[in-house]
Amino acid sequence: MTDIDTLARGSHLKRLEAESIHIMREVAAEFANPVMLYSVGKDSSVLLHLLQKAFHPAPPPIPLMHVDTTWKFREMIAFRDRRARETGARLIVHTNPDGLRDGVGPFTHGSAVHTDIMKTQALKQALDQYKFDAAIGGARRDEEKSRAKERVFSFRNAQHRWDPKNQRPELWNLYNARIRKGESVRVFPLSNWTELDIWLYIYRENIEVPSLYLAAERPVVERDGTLIMVDDDRMPLEDGETPQMRTVRFRTLGCYPLTGAIESGADTLPKVIQEMLVATTSERQGRVIDKDAGASMEQKKQEGYF
Amino acid sequence: MATDSATAAIDAYLRQHETKGLLRLITCGSVDDGKSTLLGRLLYDTKLLFDDQLSALEGDSQRHGTQNGELDFALLVDGLSAEREQGITIDVAYRFFGTDRRKFIVADCPGHEQYTRNMATGASTADLAVVLVDARKGLLTQTRRHSYICALLGIRHVLLAVNKMDLVDYAEDVFADIEAGYRELADQLGIAQVTAIPVSALKGDNVSTRSDAMAWHDGPTLLEHLETVEIERPAQTLGFRMPVQWVCRPDQNFRGYAGQVAAGTIRPGDEVVALPGGARSRIARIVTADGDLDVAQPGDAITLTLEDERDISRGDVIAGTASPPQVADQFAAHLLWMDGHALLPGRPYWLKIGTRTVSAQVTEIKHKIDVNTQDHLAAKRLELNEVGYINVSVDHAIPFEAYADCHELGGFILIDRQTNATVAAGALDFALRRADNIHWQHIDVDREARARIKGQHPACLWFTGLSGSGKSTVANLVEKRLHAMGYHTILLDGDNVRHGLNRDLGFTDEDRVENIRRVAEVAKLMTDAGLIVLVSFISPFRSERQMARALFDAGDFHEVFVDTPLAICERRDPKGLYAKARAGELKNFTGIDSPYELPEHAEVHLHTADTAPDVLAQQVIEELLKDEA
Repeated sequence: MTDIDTLARGSHLKRLEAESIHIMREVAAEFANPVMLYSVGKDSSVLLHLLQKAFHPAPPPIPLMHVDTTWKFREMIAFRDRRARETGARLIVHTNPDGLRDGVGPFTHGSAVHTDIMKTQALKQALDQYKFDAAIGGARRDEEKSRAKERVFSFRNAQHRWDPKNQRPELWNLYNARIRKGESVRVFPLSNWTELDIWLYIYRENIEVPSLYLAAERPVVERDGTLIMVDDDRMPLEDGETPQMRTVRFRTLGCYPLTGAIESGADTLPKVIQEMLVATTSERQGRVIDKDAGASMEQKKQEGYF
Repeated sequence: MATDSATAAIDAYLRQHETKGLLRLITCGSVDDGKSTLLGRLLYDTKLLFDDQLSALEGDSQRHGTQNGELDFALLVDGLSAEREQGITIDVAYRFFGTDRRKFIVADCPGHEQYTRNMATGASTADLAVVLVDARKGLLTQTRRHSYICALLGIRHVLLAVNKMDLVDYAEDVFADIEAGYRELADQLGIAQVTAIPVSALKGDNVSTRSDAMAWHDGPTLLEHLETVEIERPAQTLGFRMPVQWVCRPDQNFRGYAGQVAAGTIRPGDEVVALPGGARSRIARIVTADGDLDVAQPGDAITLTLEDERDISRGDVIAGTASPPQVADQFAAHLLWMDGHALLPGRPYWLKIGTRTVSAQVTEIKHKIDVNTQDHLAAKRLELNEVGYINVSVDHAIPFEAYADCHELGGFILIDRQTNATVAAGALDFALRRADNIHWQHIDVDREARARIKGQHPACLWFTGLSGSGKSTVANLVEKRLHAMGYHTILLDGDNVRHGLNRDLGFTDEDRVENIRRVAEVAKLMTDAGLIVLVSFISPFRSERQMARALFDAGDFHEVFVDTPLAICERRDPKGLYAKARAGELKNFTGIDSPYELPEHAEVHLHTADTAPDVLAQQVIEELLKDEA
């Protein structure tokens, strides 16, 4: 009789929130030594918010871990430390000591080597070192093709490998958390969220995110059609290259030399969401929030780079 | 000014969004039926394509398309799953789209029979199934199988999309015939709601816009139906039920029970009972991070505090006292087997239901069901992707609901105790009264009393090893010595027991499991009688040895691994059995064409190759008597 729309406080955001909270509580209850990977971006901000909600009024029983490549935007590091302090969550920061010793960086070693050593290898190192049996991450199924097929509880063998051909069936909300020593599970509470859901939830719940997501005047150089922000003096400038102040923002946050900015005037959260809605739904469709169609066309062309 | 208008626009959008619901659906049908085209069409029609994707699609359609240069939507979805070539086409992919009225999560399921388990993963969370049928082909075996799995998992709404109507000249009678055939199938399967829509995913007819070519169809378009169909939740008639996930105790002043409401509503002051324990109290507060609630509803993630301090833990179900759920330990259930190793009745598995995990055994397979024809067939085991109607027994009584009434308290999974794989999905039907009616009879003379007259500590020595490994030789020596020392013993030998108690059993895997179950129970009874029991059975499977061990108190069960290399056993071949097995005259012979799983935690490990039997026997006796010294 009752329409699905009016059940359980109806809105799909509420259902997504409840599902994520359920998943986090299962992790806390079923694993001996879980951790939440915190990468300081918008998805991590939502994860941290949900983590607090799931265990309220208790402090989160799961520590945060940030794999620091040493090339993150400076603002990200300051933001990370402040949020950990404010929420009372325990924060573990891990940097690959081998990479640090060898001076691995994106400019000297190239982005592929840098990413492998300072991110992928560093993560495995940290998981082994702390013997974490579950790692919560913020990946979503709408992000990427193989992610569309991954389980919420995604099993990893002792070598941290995922076997996509042999995933455990996952029915209802019954998650199988049983593993042997050395094995682990990656857990994705945001599996069923889309990027739009994330932004709407950030707005609705008033969740703090780094201001790099909002447009501001920033010093950038253009390389291969990509705008790179000069965040510190480690960035080698080519002959005749001088940073220009342009009004830009970031759609994702990572290592600053590897993260392209987009030109945008969206300096508030509603404007960012508006830009995204227009971009995804296309201006041909006079939909919902489409008052700024002229600007969006240009917008999308810029975003096409990424 | 710009900020204000953006804020106002987002607020308006959010308000609209707040009342917008979520529909989870599953799409069934093979690629040939036009599933990819339909999904691509839905993404296109709901404008979830970026311009750059669209222009890429136009280019691809020109180059690779099968539609004479018109947009070929199949390329779009197939392109999303480029990993098909890499072999991960086997699994369900989740896709997202939305309209102004609803957000949709689509579980896009593989069609082939060998991936039935992955389809079940997608179906378990779906409110509705879109079943695609090619108008030229009508109902296929696959249509029947998919519909059966949907019905098994409790999907009550089917949207029958009769596709490729453009290829049958939009003929109404073709559609009407298929619809009639499907309604008959749905009746058999107990699918309550069927809405049939004639479409051409390729041309767009009746997908999101009404078809001029099929003016005779006066029902909704496919998208209209998805946007407006009312999905009633099961469990509406049930009282409040919430499985406890986590006990929240930040300090001594707060003790809360966190969980997600499975059924019913609850308010502060309501009386509740925690099951299976039966402790009662009243709700003090419904705590959330957004403030306390006056009422909680199904789906809400909450934390309850009670007026009284009660011993409640994870796995318990907090329920309203007006009509609490039943508690039982034996059930009839449907089971979908999802593992490469067959289900064997009697073998112990972990069973997870709600937030509780218990040990469980399938005690009987009443029949299996041919998922293609729905015929009932006799079965002794269930293989990968087979469905059976079974009896299952668990080692602790648990609160439950029939799956049809409440998926959250009626759906369960089985987990293999060795591999930790999720091996089955089940749907509880009803409790078997047997357990209620056969109570444990209280007996005044207990096992301690019986053991006391004997002046000994009862125990079970479990000898395991290949045929011809020397189990019986060593066990015989051990018994002789114990007897000489004045201990009261009994030796249960595999061959001898098979002549009597177990003479109805053969050597298939399921019979081997039953063989061990019976002798383990007998050994248990005999230790209750105060005896020291020596069991000499090949007992090749780890699971069954573990089952036997679980019957005894810690320290009373001693696993003795009689470790003799296969080559030596085969050379000894005291009964000539290896020769027969090698000649193919004896099937399922351990070590030859049936596995022997090595013990991992045997208390005694005997290497027979280089040690004399009497020395080995002494090792066993030292283990048995180590606590008495």
